[in-house]
Amino acid sequence: MKKRDSGVRPAINFFLSLPRFGTGGKMVVIGIAIVGSLLAMTLLSPFIAPYDPTKLRVGPLNSAPSAKFPMGTNRLGQDIFSRMIAGGATMMEVAALSVAICFLVGVPLGLLAGYSRRMIDSPLSLLMDSLYAFPGLVLAIAIAAVLGRGVVNLSIAIAVVYIPTYFRVVRSQVLTMKELPFVEAVKGEGGSTLNVLFRQIFPNVLPSIAVIASINVADSVITEAGLTYLGLGVNVAAPDWGFDIYYGYQSLLAGAWWTVLFPGLMVVLLAGGFTFIGEGLSEVLSPRLGRR
Amino acid sequence: MSLKSYIITRALLTIPTVLILVTIVFLIVRVLPGDPALLHFGKGVSPAALAQVRHALGLDMPIYVQYVNYLVGLFQGNLGLAFSNEQPVAPQVLSAFPATLELSIGSMIVAVIVGVVLGVRSSRKYGSVEDTTIRTFGVVVYSIPVFFLGLIFIAVFAIYFHVLPSGGRISTVVPVGGTIFGVHIQTGLYTVDSLLAGDFGEFVDAIRHLILPCTALGLYISAVFLRITRSNMLETLGQEYVTAAKARGLKERTVLYSYGLRNGLLPVLTIMGLEFAGLLGGAILTETTFAWNGIGTYIVTAISDRDYIAIQGSVVFFGILVALVSLVVDILYAYLDPRIRY
Repeated sequence: MKKRDSGVRPAINFFLSLPRFGTGGKMVVIGIAIVGSLLAMTLLSPFIAPYDPTKLRVGPLNSAPSAKFPMGTNRLGQDIFSRMIAGGATMMEVAALSVAICFLVGVPLGLLAGYSRRMIDSPLSLLMDSLYAFPGLVLAIAIAAVLGRGVVNLSIAIAVVYIPTYFRVVRSQVLTMKELPFVEAVKGEGGSTLNVLFRQIFPNVLPSIAVIASINVADSVITEAGLTYLGLGVNVAAPDWGFDIYYGYQSLLAGAWWTVLFPGLMVVLLAGGFTFIGEGLSEVLSPRLGRR
Repeated sequence: MSLKSYIITRALLTIPTVLILVTIVFLIVRVLPGDPALLHFGKGVSPAALAQVRHALGLDMPIYVQYVNYLVGLFQGNLGLAFSNEQPVAPQVLSAFPATLELSIGSMIVAVIVGVVLGVRSSRKYGSVEDTTIRTFGVVVYSIPVFFLGLIFIAVFAIYFHVLPSGGRISTVVPVGGTIFGVHIQTGLYTVDSLLAGDFGEFVDAIRHLILPCTALGLYISAVFLRITRSNMLETLGQEYVTAAKARGLKERTVLYSYGLRNGLLPVLTIMGLEFAGLLGGAILTETTFAWNGIGTYIVTAISDRDYIAIQGSVVFFGILVALVSLVVDILYAYLDPRIRY
């Protein structure tokens, strides 16, 4: 029996070897460290947050950072430090879910369009190009406004914006790859279309998808924060960085800068972590740029 | 393919794109689950009153009739009647447009200057500490939500130092424009109108109001220009004709700007077209932050009023605008670079 690689070991080896890949590899490691710590912090928040992040009036209203409240309090008297520790959950959920939707819709469509004849390819490409040309946030606003609040709805609104990116990259890779000898060989042996697409081509497209996905997560974090800022957020009782920026606006105008600064920095940290992963990965995975 | 036939083909290709785009918006607003009229007026309104509103707005007709009416309306420049005040959406969007345009132009200027200057420096010092610093700046700036950057600017420059206004487009009255060759011109761009009116103080005031929002939005977009300029310059500077120019003993400045930048800049133009879409999205957030009365503010008001016709109208307007801009950019590009003909 032919021994098949499970793919887990090479993946682990790849990550272990990252620091050797120069600047790009280091960027990936730093990015993973940032995102990993934020994720751990969010998951452990019930144990490490000094106050209940949703409890009103744990301190005076809009008080500046002090020893007791290291990041100050907001105009409801909630402890901002505790809200920062717990507030990443919604944003991470939306980011993860929207990337999953993009992957599940954009990749198969891209494979299909790249591999099939014009009959399927042309209309799909036209549709995707139109979506791609659309101002992303504007489209997301329209969808989010109509669908209404909720993690799933927000994720769909964001995903629709980024599906064309996945589609385009996968499609163009399939177009060049389907002419390559190894694919021709499998076709010649009588391999089915599904086999060729998912066993031969798909694994080779995966690295580029990884790059887009990690850059795309950063974008969806920022888009989520933007939609929340416009009043289209999930609006749950749970603390949320995006909502805190939106909510702190009035306090900021009154001089309470800490109500906006800290949640903003958390969003930047999360988005920045993902951007580092994406930028680093693209440098490691694309040999052309890596040589420079 | 000649330039002329390229332009005609490219212009014709815009038609299906715009058609698909307006159809997508229609599908989103009218076909996705949720009754726009009900969502707008809430559950408190009586069924009879709701039916009357639906009838008045044509929402009680079969969906394909609504679609045809919508397309015919669009063709005549009609974006429908807003729920909230039952006024036509198109004039409201149009009157808000100059504000958004002025903000966008200012931001684009900031973005191109910052992005190209830093990109050229970064490529010249490739691999140095300066290069790494500039690239990190690019990553950081791109990871900062534009409204957050705007809020920081407000906190620092408007609230703490009191040097620039925190929002709005002008301190005094709206500039009225001026008369040139007997024709009265009022563009709605306050910088232009104040100059036309010959009021220099007002012009300075308009510029002062533009600085913070344009810098916030411009820095955000500059990351893209920075990256593209850097990689194009690296590519160009590696070409043989550049090496040849250096070997002939030309000054570094000459090589960099006349040989490198000239070819490295062409793709920047394409990116300007592509980023225009991102700019409009960012403009919505920037306008909200700086109390800027443009289309962004109009959309946000429409969202809080749950006025779906107004949302639909402004989104369609943005979409068509982006399609037209990318058409113009592609034609310009083909004109500047004769190699581009498909």
